Amino acid sequence: MQLLGWLGRRVGAAAILLWLVATAIFIAIRLIPGDPAEAIMGGPGSQASAEALEAAREQYHLNDPMLVQYGLYLVQLVTGDLGTSYTQHRPVVDVMAEALPATLRLTLVSLLVAWGIAFIMASIAARSNRIGQATGTVIEVVAAAVPHFWLGAMLIIIFSTWLGWLPAVDTGTTIGMILPAITLAIPLSGFLAQIMRDSLVTAMNSPFALAARARGASKGQVFLRHGFRHAALPALNLTGWAVATSMSGAVVVEEVFARPGLGRSLLGAVLSRDMPMVTGIALFSALIYMVVMLLVEAIEALINPAASRGEHQ
Amino acid sequence: MNQSAIEVTNLSVTFPGRGTDPIEAVKNVSFSLTPGRALGIVGESGSGKSVTARSLLGLTGGTVTADKLKILGTDARNLTDKRWRQIRGKQVSMIQQDALSSLDPLRPIHREIADSLSGSRKYRKRQAIAALEQMDMPDPVLRAEQRSPQLSGGMRQRALIAQALIANPAVVIADEATTALDTRLTRMVLDQLAELTQQNIALAVISHDLAQIAHVADDIIVMRHGQIVEAGPTHDILSDPSHAYTQQLLDAVPSGVPRFVPLTKAAKRSTRKTNREPISDTRVSTDDTAIEVTGLSKTFGAHTAVDDVSLNIPKGATLGLVGESGSGKTTIARMILGLTPPDTGSVKIFGQHFAPAKEVDRRALRGYLGAIYQDPLASFDPRYSVSQILVNAISRGTTTRSRQYRQRAIELLDMVELDNTLLGRHPSELSGGQRQRLAIARALAPNPEVLILDEPVSALDVSVQATVLDLLDQLQVDTGTSYLFITHDLGVVEHMSDTVAVITKGNVVETGPAEQVINRPQHPYSQELVEAAPRWSP
Amino acid sequence: MSRTAKVFGLVFVSLIVVAAFFPGVLAPNNPLAVDPAEAFQTPSLDHPFGTDESGRDVYTRVIHGTADSLTIGISATALGMGIAILLAVVAAFGPRWIDATVLRLLEVLYAIPALLLALLIIAFTGPGTTPAIIAVGLSTAPGYARLIRTQLWTLVNSEMFDAATVLGHSQWQKVRNHLIPNTLSTLLALITLGIGQAVIWASALSFLGLGTPPPAPEWGAMLAHGRTYLHFAWWMTVFPGVAIVIIAAGATLLGRSVTRSSA
Repeated sequence: MQLLGWLGRRVGAAAILLWLVATAIFIAIRLIPGDPAEAIMGGPGSQASAEALEAAREQYHLNDPMLVQYGLYLVQLVTGDLGTSYTQHRPVVDVMAEALPATLRLTLVSLLVAWGIAFIMASIAARSNRIGQATGTVIEVVAAAVPHFWLGAMLIIIFSTWLGWLPAVDTGTTIGMILPAITLAIPLSGFLAQIMRDSLVTAMNSPFALAARARGASKGQVFLRHGFRHAALPALNLTGWAVATSMSGAVVVEEVFARPGLGRSLLGAVLSRDMPMVTGIALFSALIYMVVMLLVEAIEALINPAASRGEHQ
Repeated sequence: MNQSAIEVTNLSVTFPGRGTDPIEAVKNVSFSLTPGRALGIVGESGSGKSVTARSLLGLTGGTVTADKLKILGTDARNLTDKRWRQIRGKQVSMIQQDALSSLDPLRPIHREIADSLSGSRKYRKRQAIAALEQMDMPDPVLRAEQRSPQLSGGMRQRALIAQALIANPAVVIADEATTALDTRLTRMVLDQLAELTQQNIALAVISHDLAQIAHVADDIIVMRHGQIVEAGPTHDILSDPSHAYTQQLLDAVPSGVPRFVPLTKAAKRSTRKTNREPISDTRVSTDDTAIEVTGLSKTFGAHTAVDDVSLNIPKGATLGLVGESGSGKTTIARMILGLTPPDTGSVKIFGQHFAPAKEVDRRALRGYLGAIYQDPLASFDPRYSVSQILVNAISRGTTTRSRQYRQRAIELLDMVELDNTLLGRHPSELSGGQRQRLAIARALAPNPEVLILDEPVSALDVSVQATVLDLLDQLQVDTGTSYLFITHDLGVVEHMSDTVAVITKGNVVETGPAEQVINRPQHPYSQELVEAAPRWSP
Repeated sequence: MSRTAKVFGLVFVSLIVVAAFFPGVLAPNNPLAVDPAEAFQTPSLDHPFGTDESGRDVYTRVIHGTADSLTIGISATALGMGIAILLAVVAAFGPRWIDATVLRLLEVLYAIPALLLALLIIAFTGPGTTPAIIAVGLSTAPGYARLIRTQLWTLVNSEMFDAATVLGHSQWQKVRNHLIPNTLSTLLALITLGIGQAVIWASALSFLGLGTPPPAPEWGAMLAHGRTYLHFAWWMTVFPGVAIVIIAAGATLLGRSVTRSSA
């Protein structure tokens, strides 16, 4: 019962947030200068006739008062209809459904890779001496400072142009995904490793770690039983942020590797002012962010039930 | 006499220092632990007592040398980590200070307790629940599944002891296991420790608090700067200490020492307790009230922190407010200081209305009040030097560096017996006692009529606590300042207060002259509290 | 901070300052000078970083690009930080409902990925250097605002503030004596860290063709440009990227040392 109530409250809060995001995007888009009808007809270069423009306005309800448009927009959203793409003249939902799996696969794989790399870096750095720690810091910081597009280019030069091991253009195969996933993962792993190492070091120096040693646990056991959980918690907390960042990164990485996906669709939509597309993708990213946050909170509640429900005694 | 469980001769532990010289934390320490007997190791911070204890588990992190280090017949001088792991938890186990951070907050406590057992997961859990049952843990099956932050302080302490005992060790080390605990909880832990010797366990109790050690230990060693200064049976050490440092520690225990009798040997006075001259109490007794608190209440959400509390702080005297953690004493202090607005009730300072009020309206009255906190460092701006802290207070916040206030700053340092060479220092470079003196000096800057002291000495070593308490007594006689002295320590409140108020669950249950409340408590809760306080008589 | 770290930091900062203000000292040639005969030269003594398709010297362009890239990074951070400070101060000191509103607003902005937010803003303004600055500035503001609000809130509720209240110091004195100085070091660290990240994001926008247009020697634009010739003129891509990594990593390390030494 308690769990259901908690879930209900969370989902409710997420729904409100989503509504606010939708409203913000609606307002932002109406503020953009330029005639949307023109964008529908293929941009300012299309020289569309006045009648054609008027027809487009009518078709997309652009002549109705703002509030009516807003109402229509919300009703559409609730029914899962994100409108019709100006440029592709297909429902936005269809376009997104096509592009989504590739982006989702890329983001998930690189998230896992980033976690893995971060965990290995953090555990090596946390267990080494001062010089090792300093080196670890520099590696983490440099990893976090590498721009995706450049890293992607470097990997292409090394593994594709010089060594010829991996394809430079993502063909949709598993091999084709290796470079994009690594490109997306490395900067993220730099951020995650810094945070994981901090909490790992704190945990390994805490009284409960000493208590575990005094009970006869080896250093490795303390690491597995205690250090790992404490390192995972803050990194888990950042997963929502990490997913959002990966989505940002996906825009660039998909472009670098000529990989079809949500990121490239977004870029194209922005360049051609395809507002239903932009709205759809923005809302969808926000939705993903919120779903991830919910999942994270649920997992945190499993690892650490005391803190998440504010229970004491 | 029984065969010794642990024999230690000339144990030394060194750590690599910052420079080339290694730091010798423990020097030539010898002692033994016997089954069924308890050894008390007494010392203040930096005395090497914890390092000594950890050397019995091979967990010092430094270099250990000894002529003899025998643990249950095994020569433990050159053991591999693998051999040590067979000793730790199974033959020698440890109960640490601070149960909250000694149990991993992310693991269920049954797993924390049963880690040192082998066998199936189910078996270990059953054993853990059985161990909790033995410790009189209420609802052991439910509690075993929970994590330490979900338990109360007493439950955590029980879990921690269960953790140490589960593998039937022959030796148990309790390292400051009662520090920072409330009176009744301290008593519970001490009683449980005392019971261990009945089960023929060899016990080592480490503490800075002589009164607590006296309650449990058969023999005592007193440590200072890594060395043993005195060793012997408890009774002998307490009644006839041969070393001046032991005497100093004994003198520093405030419980049972009459008001204004100093706890430290002042510069010109003799060391013997019988010769200690009380500070002459030249206070003019009046019936005036410095602070009048009427009907204060405060609720946080569903939790009533303070419930209809009325108090009078007499002018020029001390009201002691004693209660356990969570009793609402700090909330009362904050409401009196105007930091938390009360839900109902009012605070008057010398008849003038002080709270609840707008900050602008009462700022003129602020000069009457000063406050001292448990952790002085947190109340200083981390960027300020000693001089800046004082000048900022003297100038009422207008500046931190003007030279015109320097004389007054030196004067204030003088009042709290600090050297003016400290002016350029940073508080983080000062010792705990010096920091608390600095906090007092700052509070004295506006010449306040009343000081609110919230657990001012709970974080200090006994001997440092004694010097701060003596200073506070001296200041009260010199300046006629009234004190509200808030503490959980019955001994301290008895020594420092003229009147005492006992608080529990947000209610003041008893108020009266200190001597009466401590010796003839009326309310059942006060009786319980007084009963539980560990006392000793030499 | 150790001595070596201090020396490194000092040398690093001085080099950046010289490259930004007096690029001629390090690279005397004109970054826009075209020499078709010298096109696509591999790195050599004459052209340490090689030349691009028009024969422009990549080394000269990277050095001269410092000012452009840094200006974008600094302006974007200044904008983001300014908005963040405003929001944070209003939230921390205003009435509770304002605090709640601002927090909600930040949550909304936080729920949209930063680059997406930047793209939305570019959709609003059109591409260019100034839009890139605005986009990066606005999209980084929510993160800063959350951090600064937390810091302010912690300080306002600290024992240090309580102690000053009890001593009778006015609200303004507390702000002047404790709040501003103690927030400043955090801000300084945030700003240094932020400039590094802003340089990365701004160059990402240039790379996508939404920021500074060519032939200006802005690093992101140079990278976008070099991408066409990636397979045989790798130097056109490698060196501007290294410059970005150096600036971003250096700024992060600098920011961390600021936090350490003030803690």
